[in-house]
Amino acid sequence: MTSRPAANPTVDRRRFLSRAFQATGLLLLAGCDNLSRSDWFQALLGKTEQVTKEAQRVLSPRQAMAKEFTLDDLSPVFPANGTSDPESEEYQALAKNGFAGWKLEIGGLVQTPSRLSLDELRALPSRTQITRHDCVEGWSAIAKWKGGKLSELLERVRPLPSARYIVFHCADPDEDGRPYYESIDFEDAHHPQTILAYEINDLALPIQHGAPVRLRVERQLGYKQAKYIMRIELVESFESIAGGKGGYWEDQGYEWYAGI
Amino acid sequence: MRTYRHTLPVRLGHWLNVLCLLILIMSGLQIFNAHPALYRGDRSDRDRPLLSMRAVMTESGERRGITTVLGHPFDTTGLLGYSSETRRGFPSWATLPGPQWLAMGRRWHLFFAWVFVVNGLLFGLHAFFSRHFWRDLFPKWNDWRNIGRDVRNHLAFRHPTGEEATRYNVMQKMAYTGVVFGLGPLIVLTGLSMSPAFDAAFPWLPDLFGGRQSARAVHFLACFSFVGFMAVHLFMVATTGLVNNLRSMLTGWYRIERDGGTRDEQACR
Repeated sequence: MTSRPAANPTVDRRRFLSRAFQATGLLLLAGCDNLSRSDWFQALLGKTEQVTKEAQRVLSPRQAMAKEFTLDDLSPVFPANGTSDPESEEYQALAKNGFAGWKLEIGGLVQTPSRLSLDELRALPSRTQITRHDCVEGWSAIAKWKGGKLSELLERVRPLPSARYIVFHCADPDEDGRPYYESIDFEDAHHPQTILAYEINDLALPIQHGAPVRLRVERQLGYKQAKYIMRIELVESFESIAGGKGGYWEDQGYEWYAGI
Repeated sequence: MRTYRHTLPVRLGHWLNVLCLLILIMSGLQIFNAHPALYRGDRSDRDRPLLSMRAVMTESGERRGITTVLGHPFDTTGLLGYSSETRRGFPSWATLPGPQWLAMGRRWHLFFAWVFVVNGLLFGLHAFFSRHFWRDLFPKWNDWRNIGRDVRNHLAFRHPTGEEATRYNVMQKMAYTGVVFGLGPLIVLTGLSMSPAFDAAFPWLPDLFGGRQSARAVHFLACFSFVGFMAVHLFMVATTGLVNNLRSMLTGWYRIERDGGTRDEQACR
């Protein structure tokens, strides 16, 4: 004999209530996913970015330094995220020659546009720092970086007063051919720990970590640390560049201000 | 007899917390899923996680979800590591948004983190100046004296009636005080410890928790402590007069039964 517990009105009501709860939950979840896909709601939630940036910059002195670690703290393996070997022919040709033919182009809103070879970049005043790399995914890794100070480089090219952002154009396009780029403002560009790194753990920067040069802008998340830098452009606004949000990941919904 | 139990600021704060916590927990799990592993210290050495959720292929070509806690693997297929035929830490019904979408998870999380913090600060100010902390929430000497009796009554599901039901008992006071002054600040501070910009301004903060990755692990534990608190809270709300409790948190008014009688007995009188 099969007994049907549903005959009991209390159980019936409980079952109804639990199903009603489940249905409401599912509806709410679907509603949230719809909200997530709507532009106005993304923009509303995105307002936080400005608030966070202002709050963090009020709390943190302009020159507050990211913690520097010791050699004992180095990660045994520093993971290479994103592109680990750019496919473009131009890049592959440069790599074959050990980047002897690579020239860093600095232009845009500057008085003296320049082209620097790797040796010229190495001749710039440099900084060596052992810092923690924090990926937006949540993991951290520690490495020792050496690179030319971006502030020194900017002094040489003499930015025009209208320049507000420094844009880094990179050699690694994604599967759809969109190139990687990133941008920072002058506050970060003039920070003493902001360097164009050409060494990791005392070795020339290998291809997987962004050879010949990558950006280190400590105090921000990993996706700001652009690899494979080919060209630096000073601009007043990045709205006309690619997706207009100031970076490859920014164009896909990540925050331009990546301090958190 | 009725008593005005919860003031308007407390009720507003409570329901805002409900919204914030639900969204923060679910969007937090979405963010966690981007790298479903926890570590001790400042860096993530992939071979030494405290906890990890992975999908593995068995010899028969079947995918299983494996959760490893302190080196001990557990098969958690369908819930953790592998669910709905996808490699993911937590299943899609537990995350916000449902599908893997880190950028949007961060937007939800960081927006409602602000709401949660501002709401918490306003509640703190209100509770301090209205003496709500002192009058209702901090355990007093009398409470401690009766702790044995209160614990026994709780375990036997005997809940106070009459005059006594107008006050929180010592376990409620400890739970609420613990959440307001312990768990709440802890989850905010461990969250801030994961911000590289915040760490540059306050390097002692991540160090306090043993490094950024330790802070991330504590953030995760604090999250599940909130889940635990909410589970116990909901259980107590449901077993001590669901309608009365809900009404008091919605309208402020709480009905008190006369001493010594349950509702059924009163109905018979």
